[in-house]
Amino acid sequence: MSDTPDKLVIEDLYKIFGPAPDEAMTLLDQGLDKTEIFRRTRTTVGVQKANFSIREGEVFVVMGLSGSGKSTLVRMINRLIEPTRGRIFLDGVDITAMSKDELIAMRRHQMSMVFQSFALLPHKTVAENAAFGLDVAGVDGQQQREQAITALATVGLEPYADSYPDELSGGMRQRVGLARALATEAPILLMDEAFSALDPLIRTEMQDELVSLQDKKPHTIVFISHDLDEAIRIGDRIAIMEGGSVVQIGTPEEIVTCPANDYVRSFFYGVDVSKVFNAGDIASNRALIVFERTGVNVRAALAQLQDRGRALGVVTDRENRYRGMVSVNTLAAAAKGDGAHWDQAFIPDVEPAPAQMDLSEVLSRVATTEYPIPVVDDQGKYRGIIDKTILLQTLDKTT
Amino acid sequence: MAESGMNFDIPIGDWVETGVDWIQNNLTPLLDAIADGLDLIISAFEDLLLFFPPLLLAALIVLLATWRVGWRFGLFAVGAMVLLFGMGIWEETVVTLALVIASSLVALAIGIPIGIAMARNDKVEMIARPILDLMQTMPPFVYLIPAAIFFGLGKVPGAIATLIFAMPPAVRLTNLGIRQVSTEHVEAGKAFGCTSSQLLFKVQLPLAMPSIMAGINQTIMLALSMVVIASMIGAGGLGNTVLTGIQRLNVGLGFEGGLGVVLLAILLDRITQSYGHIRTRSGPGLVERLRSWAGRNPDTQTLRSPN
Repeated sequence: MSDTPDKLVIEDLYKIFGPAPDEAMTLLDQGLDKTEIFRRTRTTVGVQKANFSIREGEVFVVMGLSGSGKSTLVRMINRLIEPTRGRIFLDGVDITAMSKDELIAMRRHQMSMVFQSFALLPHKTVAENAAFGLDVAGVDGQQQREQAITALATVGLEPYADSYPDELSGGMRQRVGLARALATEAPILLMDEAFSALDPLIRTEMQDELVSLQDKKPHTIVFISHDLDEAIRIGDRIAIMEGGSVVQIGTPEEIVTCPANDYVRSFFYGVDVSKVFNAGDIASNRALIVFERTGVNVRAALAQLQDRGRALGVVTDRENRYRGMVSVNTLAAAAKGDGAHWDQAFIPDVEPAPAQMDLSEVLSRVATTEYPIPVVDDQGKYRGIIDKTILLQTLDKTT
Repeated sequence: MAESGMNFDIPIGDWVETGVDWIQNNLTPLLDAIADGLDLIISAFEDLLLFFPPLLLAALIVLLATWRVGWRFGLFAVGAMVLLFGMGIWEETVVTLALVIASSLVALAIGIPIGIAMARNDKVEMIARPILDLMQTMPPFVYLIPAAIFFGLGKVPGAIATLIFAMPPAVRLTNLGIRQVSTEHVEAGKAFGCTSSQLLFKVQLPLAMPSIMAGINQTIMLALSMVVIASMIGAGGLGNTVLTGIQRLNVGLGFEGGLGVVLLAILLDRITQSYGHIRTRSGPGLVERLRSWAGRNPDTQTLRSPN
C-alpha cells in the first residue's frame, strides 16, 4: 500500500462556522481551544489543522463521535462546505482554488458521494436514480441507462431497475445510493456514515460487499463512521477525530495497539480484539531459531539448539517456505538414525496456520496444543509463530 | 377619517390616492397592455369552455373527476352537473370557471417564480414576506377599488383583483416546499455536479411538488371566492347571480348562485388536490384504476410515497 501514490492531499485544513471566522483563526493560532473560542466569539471550530493524505485505492476511514468534525471534513473535500483555510489537492490539483465550472466538472467526473439517509429521488425509478450523476453531466439517455444498469448489477439490484425507491428496503435503497455513486465511474467515493442507518445485519453485509467491490475494482474511498468495528472491517487506514482535530492516523492494528490518547482508547470498549488482528499480525519470527534446511544438517541444528538452551526450532527451505517444526528431542531421535534425515525430525501434527486466520480461531488452536503455531502466508512462506505468551500479550495490550 | 380627538393625522389615504392618480396619469400604456393581455387569456378560456356543447363539457368534467378522484366522486360530479343544468346557471358557471382558471394561471405564473426566488434568496424572502402578509390580510373588497379605477368595470379588473388576492398561497407554499427539501437531498444534487438550475429543476422542485400543489389548490380556491366578490365590479358569472339575489332580496336566486359556487368549489378542490401527493408513478392510469376496482390489483391503492 505504502508505495501507491497519494490521491488526495489535505494540507493545513480549517473550517470555522459562525460570525467571526478571522477572529477565531487568530485565537486558534494563539493556541486557544475550541470551547474557549466559542465562549469568546460565538464561533465554532469545525475542523482544525487537518493534515494527511489519502492513497490511491485505499479505504480511508475518518472516525469520531458526533460533533468531532468528520462530516465537515469530508464535505470540504468536494466543497459542499467551503474550507476557511488550507488546501486540498486531488492528483496535485488544488481543489480549493477551482472555479465554479471546474468544481462542477470535478464533482461529475472525479468524486461521487453516498449519504447516510440515502437521499434518493422518490419520483424517479431505481435506474433513473442510479443514472442521476450521468443525467446531470449530460450523458445521453441510452448510455445513461446502460451505465446505470451496470452499476446496479454490481450491487445486485439489476432486477429492481424499474422499481421506485419506496418499494425497496433500507439496505436496498443504500445499494441504489452506492450504484448512483459507482455509475459515474468517479475514482473517488465519499461515503458519509453510509451504512449507519441500516440495521446491524444488513450493515455487516454492506461492509463485506464494499470490501469485495474494492478487491474487484478499487476506488479511493473516504468513509465517515462512528463505529470502530466498521472502521476496522473496511478501513485500510483510520483517522480519528476529536473536537475538530485529527488525533491519530494509522492502520487498524496501529490504532488498536498504540492508541494516541484516552479518547482513541475509549472507542475500543466493547470492540472484539480477535476481529482486529489476524494470525499474521501477531506472529513473531524472533521467538524460534530458523534453520534453512539446505544450509544445516540435523546434527548441527541439534547442537545449535542445545548451545542456546532452546527446545524448539523451525525449518524452512531455500525460499523461506515452512517445512516443519523440530524439537531437541525429535532432532536427537533423528540424529541417531542412519541418514539423519530432516523429515524424520519434524514434530508430527503441527499444522501451520494461514496468516489471514482470525485471532479467535488461533486462540482455540493455541489453547489445545502444547506447541506454538507456525504462521505462513498464502505462498507458504514462514511468517513466525504464535504461542501462548504472544497471544496473552496481545490481548493484554488491548484491554 | 374618524375624528380621533387629537390634532394628529397621517394622511395615508391621501398618499394612496396620490399614488393611484400618478399611476393613472403616467402608466396608461402599461395598464392598457396588461388589460389587453388579461382580456385575451380570459376570452380564450371562456371561448374554449363555451365552444364545447354543454353536455360534452359536463361529461368531460365527470370523466376527469372519476379518473382523478374515484367513482364515488364521479357520481357526485354527475349530480352536480344535473343541478347546474337544472338551476339554469350553466353558462354563469362556465364564465366563472373560465375566470377562475385564467386568473389562477396568471397568479401561478407570477407567484411560483416569486416563491422560487424567495426560497433561493433570504433577502427576497425578507422583502416579500410582509408584502404577502399585507396581501392576505387586506379585506378583499379593497382590491376592487384600484382595480376598477385602473381598468374600469368588467372581467379584466375582476381578474386583476382575483389574481392579487389568490397569489400569496402559491408564493408561500412554493417557498416553503423548496426550503423543506432535506439538506442531504440538496447535498446529493450538488455532490453529483448539479448546476444551480439543475439543482432547482431536478431536485428541489420535484421534491417540493406536494407543497407546491397544495399552494396551487389554495390559489384556485381563493380565486373562486374572489371571483364571486369581483362580480361587484362586473366580472359576471355566478357572482352576478348571487349579487342579483342580494339586490332584489331574492333568497331563491341568491341560494342558487351560492350553491353553484359551492359545487364548483368542491369539484375544483378535489380534482386539484388529487395532484397533490407525489406518486411513485405519474399516478395510476385509468386502466390500472379500473383493474383495482375489479379487485385484481389492490396494490395500486397503496402506491404512495411515505412523504
